[in-house]
Amino acid sequence: MAATTTTTQAAETRRTTPRAHRKRDDTRLAILFILPALVGFGVFMVWPTLRGIYLSFTKFNLLTPPQFNGLDNYIRMVQDPVFWNALKVTIYYVILNIAFQTILALIIAVMMQRLTKKTWVRGIVLTPYLVSNVVAAMVFLWILDYQLGIANNILAAIGLDRIPFLSSETWVIPTIAAINVWRHVGYTALLIFAGLQTIPETMYEAGRMDGAGEVRMFRSITIPLLRPIIALVLIITVVGSFQVFDTVAVTTKGGPVDSSRVLQYYIYDVAFGRFQFGYASAMSVALLLVLVIVTFVQYRLTRAEQSDLA
Amino acid sequence: MSTVTTPPTAALGAPAQARRPEPAAKPRFGGGRALAWAFMILVIFGSLFPFYWMLRTALSSNNALYAGSNSLLPVQFSWGGFQRVFGLQTGQEAIDAGGAGQPIHFWHYLFNSVVVATLITAGQVFFSAMAAYAFARLRWRHRERVFVFFLAGLMIPTIFTLLPNFVLIKQLGLVDTLLGIALPSMLMTPFAVFFLRQFFLGISGEVEEAALIDGASKVRVFFRLILPMSAAPITTLAILTYITAWNEFFWALMVSYTDRSRVLTVALSVFKSQTPQTGPDWAGLMAATLVAALPMLILFMVFAKRIVNSIGFSGIK
Repeated sequence: MAATTTTTQAAETRRTTPRAHRKRDDTRLAILFILPALVGFGVFMVWPTLRGIYLSFTKFNLLTPPQFNGLDNYIRMVQDPVFWNALKVTIYYVILNIAFQTILALIIAVMMQRLTKKTWVRGIVLTPYLVSNVVAAMVFLWILDYQLGIANNILAAIGLDRIPFLSSETWVIPTIAAINVWRHVGYTALLIFAGLQTIPETMYEAGRMDGAGEVRMFRSITIPLLRPIIALVLIITVVGSFQVFDTVAVTTKGGPVDSSRVLQYYIYDVAFGRFQFGYASAMSVALLLVLVIVTFVQYRLTRAEQSDLA
Repeated sequence: MSTVTTPPTAALGAPAQARRPEPAAKPRFGGGRALAWAFMILVIFGSLFPFYWMLRTALSSNNALYAGSNSLLPVQFSWGGFQRVFGLQTGQEAIDAGGAGQPIHFWHYLFNSVVVATLITAGQVFFSAMAAYAFARLRWRHRERVFVFFLAGLMIPTIFTLLPNFVLIKQLGLVDTLLGIALPSMLMTPFAVFFLRQFFLGISGEVEEAALIDGASKVRVFFRLILPMSAAPITTLAILTYITAWNEFFWALMVSYTDRSRVLTVALSVFKSQTPQTGPDWAGLMAATLVAALPMLILFMVFAKRIVNSIGFSGIK
């Protein structure tokens, strides 16, 4: 709609006097105003995207110029068991992380809506989001330490076995997922909470009139009306979740064996550990494709037709 | 789905409101409510406990942590952890206290973090505001087309541009410099442009017209009228940008090799990897972690209300 108003206004402008015309058409000024942003967009977003795709078809060690090698990197990728394992580990992580986080965030958001709307409660719930992934990873490395960590001490005190949270192949991904849930659940809850504010209070009053309890109202009012919001939250959080790196880099560096070698960590390892930028770029393209497909499928499945997401 | 829920409201909305004073309007759910509060308290506790545990450990003597690992208070209270972080202990003292003994320059990393986050925030917000003004208020050909092009940038995951951007920063000779870390996000983000454009569109055109008739130039209108009128959303955007820049790890890790350009997040991971033979210096590590997190926690305390209320979908109000 904005496009049509502009053209009509532009048409009007052309018909007015030369002086007014000079005042109305701001092309020169506009170029000046968007120039820094346009340079930033072109140089650090568009160009690297194209270059990343180009590099994925080359052999490139950063020191000598890239050499075109066709599909070699992609052929290697398809045959690389570590790549497939990394993809598997990443997807496993995303499923655990998103499922746990979304359900918990939804419950917290509804509690904040129905129980207390106090800003300080929301502030506290958001606090973990204010620290970096590195800080979150460090604290939980300590809390979950096998010998000295308070979590394992509590387990031992109530007579359970200690859990090697970050050093067993079974536990490492669920643990990393949980650490990131701790950091992000408050933010997600606040997004959902913002969505809840759009449901009119009269709906709940009507529900109560009909004798519905809180649980019933949650199922029949909150969930259906919140569906588009949850869809948007999922698209944002799933894409973010696929890019997990920081927590792995700080806590396990991909281990034990390859059990927490998520895709992004493997890409980093190949690029900066072995200086195979071409192969690393090819895997980045693969990750990009996965993200595009996942977003597209989610979009279709949930029919998130709202466009003004933040 | 909305067809199921909407008609009842239309029909029952009025009577429900009329009956509001009756006790039925208050949710009665005794046991359930208590349970819900218990859950909420657990969530609050879970959010805050790790922060307390950082502090408790940072103020303990590292060598005493093994014996007193169950103590809820600092074990053998000591400033040692913080002293090691700020380089106030000599190498030997630090090693005796369970530290790594290598020098750490946290003031320097703190300074680097401040420089990088400030460069990114100031540049990104200012240049995005200029672009947003051009998209919202100036009249030029292809405006909407260029804007849509910008918006498409939202679809490119940052992670994909990191490797090629590193190659570019290397070619520009900016590896291991603070500018190299800041530059890629200093000029714009599609989100900032989108967010500010939405806000500028909402400012009434009449004030602007009046200023223009008085002979003010569009540049003057932008600096003297639009920017001051948008102080609130610009501040919010700046705070959120600052926090994001401060917490960035992956990109900073790629670009910085030495102390020269090391920011706090990267320094923290390096500090962690210098584990001494005797086992990790948890007191020192937690002191460092707390020091790295503290500036953002203080920023949050000051602007809590603004930050909390800014999280939503439109971001326009």
